[in-house]
Amino acid sequence: MNIRRFLKTDTAVPDSSRRSFLKVSAGASAGLMLGVSFSAPTALAQQASDAALEFNAFVSISPDNTVKVLIKHLEMGQGVYTGLATCVAEELDADWSQVVCEHAPADVTKYANLLMGQQGTGGSTAIANSFMQMRQAGAAAKAMLVAAAAAQWQVNASEITVSNGVVSHGNHSATFGELAVAAAQQPTPDRSSLTMKTPAEFKLIGQDNTLRKDVGKHNGTAIYTQDVKLPGMLTAVVAHPPRFGAKIRSFDASAALARRGVQQVFEIDSGVAVVASDYWTAIKAREQLQIEWDASEAETRSSGDILAQYRELVETPGAIAEAHGNPDSVLSASSDVTELMFEYPYLAHAQMEPMNCVAQVNGDSAEMWYGCQSPTSDKAAIAQLLGTSGDKVTIHTVFAGGGFGRRANPASDYVLESVQIARQVPNTPVKLVWSREDDMQAGYYRPAYVHKLSAALDAAGKPNAMKIRIAGQSIMAGTSMAAMMVRDGIDNTSVEGLTEFAYDVPERQVELHSPQVGVPVQWWRSVGHTHTAFSKEVFIDALARKAGADPVAYRLELLKNNPRETAVLKLAAEKAGWGTTELPEGWGRGVAVHTSFGSTVAEIVDVSVDGNNFKVERVVAAIDCGIAVNPSIVKAQVESAIAYGLSAALADEVTLTDGHVDQTNFHNYRVLRMNAMPKVETHIVPSTNAPSGVGEPGTPPIAPAVANALAAVTGRTFTRLPLRLA
Amino acid sequence: MAYLLTINGQSHEVDVEGDMPLLWVVRDHLNLTGTKFGCGMAQCGACTVHVDGVATRTCVMTVADSVGKNITTIEGLQSPQARAVQQAWVELQVPQCGYCQSGQVMSATALLEQNPNPTDADIDAAMSGNICRCGTYPRIKAGIKMASAQFTNAAETA
Repeated sequence: MNIRRFLKTDTAVPDSSRRSFLKVSAGASAGLMLGVSFSAPTALAQQASDAALEFNAFVSISPDNTVKVLIKHLEMGQGVYTGLATCVAEELDADWSQVVCEHAPADVTKYANLLMGQQGTGGSTAIANSFMQMRQAGAAAKAMLVAAAAAQWQVNASEITVSNGVVSHGNHSATFGELAVAAAQQPTPDRSSLTMKTPAEFKLIGQDNTLRKDVGKHNGTAIYTQDVKLPGMLTAVVAHPPRFGAKIRSFDASAALARRGVQQVFEIDSGVAVVASDYWTAIKAREQLQIEWDASEAETRSSGDILAQYRELVETPGAIAEAHGNPDSVLSASSDVTELMFEYPYLAHAQMEPMNCVAQVNGDSAEMWYGCQSPTSDKAAIAQLLGTSGDKVTIHTVFAGGGFGRRANPASDYVLESVQIARQVPNTPVKLVWSREDDMQAGYYRPAYVHKLSAALDAAGKPNAMKIRIAGQSIMAGTSMAAMMVRDGIDNTSVEGLTEFAYDVPERQVELHSPQVGVPVQWWRSVGHTHTAFSKEVFIDALARKAGADPVAYRLELLKNNPRETAVLKLAAEKAGWGTTELPEGWGRGVAVHTSFGSTVAEIVDVSVDGNNFKVERVVAAIDCGIAVNPSIVKAQVESAIAYGLSAALADEVTLTDGHVDQTNFHNYRVLRMNAMPKVETHIVPSTNAPSGVGEPGTPPIAPAVANALAAVTGRTFTRLPLRLA
Repeated sequence: MAYLLTINGQSHEVDVEGDMPLLWVVRDHLNLTGTKFGCGMAQCGACTVHVDGVATRTCVMTVADSVGKNITTIEGLQSPQARAVQQAWVELQVPQCGYCQSGQVMSATALLEQNPNPTDADIDAAMSGNICRCGTYPRIKAGIKMASAQFTNAAETA
């Protein structure tokens, strides 16, 4: 999602050269958009103890020499603990080994995402929005340590040096821990007084010397929602309706209630909840429920019917999302229009940890433990449900076992489900657990789409007009974010990637149909770009073939006015040996380049084809994401984004039959496994620009690059995902 | 009814129904939460433990069938192969979200205990039952090779 487009920010991306704190104009929640919030030193600072001493909202230092960094974003694998702590430690000149991380509390006054205006993780913004903020938090804490040392040693602060967690002057030296008590009592430094490093001075940013701080994942000690254990805690499961929108007519819980360990069975908005002593007991009891569903208002169509409707829609004019010139007149005057229709299925996120949430409701207060991705909106939704105020809602954020978009549900669906259950069992912590089947079938999918693209080529073989029509559900419509994200009937998340694309096509128009369908939909890693990049890159390849041009050369010609995509594409092509290395018989090579979340990624794929089967053998990727705070994690995210997108290219597909979701678990919702994972090589474009997105931009190019590689072998154009040779 | 289990070298008596999968016994009743729930039908491998040294999916193994077996969970891993795998996992920064990684470590360790020098094909065969949605597969493979090198080198110099 291109959040930046919809926030009236006076700065799109933090500029590493800026000395002032980020400011966001009053357009978005004035007052919530603070930079570093420097809290006054707490009473703790008066005590010499091992307790952490708060230097500011993000940094605490303990007398035992531990530097604790509070992380305002959800760690769900993308490496945000490490990335944000690296920025703090860089300017603090801490030793990396003394740094520990903890999720920040849900407090928008201190921990807002500066690009969103609320506390939340998404849109690949975690590093981009906090790069300067975290560095300033580190620099401010360092200034306080230096001031304390200067006072103690009676020396000039400007002569003091700090390196690897040690403060020094002449014969004096002290650790951060030794100075912590005195330093925490120093006045908050003036923002303009902070001295920030230049990129040439970085010791941690851009280096590979920062091991990840989300520790305990190699030995089972890391705690996820699924692992939260509280005294007296019960486990709940929910029987969801078999079709979206179906309601409970009646249910009989007598057999379920007779089972040992079952505490309560009751109806909630989303189904029938079973509360029991443990998961297995709850699941067995759920099987014994007799529920009659009323499907009169349910979505009862099959996915095939829905796609057929979309195919009809793209033959008719839609709402105009973008218009340059008058492509219709060019296309109607052309005797040779290239037309392709693309189809995309619904997709489940299928993150490894199925949805879950721990809630305890005491009167008008709620305490929550879960991998919370949207603290501000979840908190507001919980408070509204309970008829209370946000300050009565406490959220403890733990690691999330993957997210890929699912945990940032605009309706807070599974979170509210857990609160609805917990308030029926007051003063008791209740862990809601979805089975894999619940996770697969209870909704929130990447929407299905149909695109139709038409283009005419000029005498030189370049597209001089392009018409694009998209049909598919709006992710934002009907959510609390609709007012911000849907403009004039255009949900940007439906069209992003086909609007504002980098290719030089003088006359072009993008139109959108957003039909109402009763299937719940949500963003999925890289959102609109999951489908728009495929259409764009497969279509360009088809045009290149028609023009008899090399796919890379053709793109470079159309990218003449875009030096960034040009550079990234050239780097990938060079590293992959495009046009310079021979491929074995039956192999093909394909390319795609796409910009999303502020970053550009090019991917070049080698496939081998054997009859109706194929294998992706190798992927060479190049990324320009500005400064790579942690190159190892950037590469890991590109590998991850490729694997996630490749899974959808090869296999992922949610289908419905008469409104019933056909897939239930990993045996029939097939995802990428190790034996299908190609070799991946990632090259990072050196940059001194401010960091841009990393978690998502690697996903969009992979599916079209694979399709284009298959086209190179077979001569056919592939327009439907998942890809099938037969 | 009561079942006596041997887990990580210790005896545990649990009073649960006989069809309860071992996964939920260790997680909900013995508070060994390193073993993860991912699918409940032996499709994803997140719940892998060692049963008499063999990588086994606990989500489909009942408590009744677990009696008399030597069960090792991620919390009880001690072999040199396990230490080498876990060291490689940290060094190569293998985990992302990490939720599947207990299962990955258990499968990788069992592989190396049986085959200290696996080929790429051996690794694919042993590890393709463990899904990772973060796509850490290339680093898992590299981690297994790094761990394997310890034993190959040790054997060569011995």
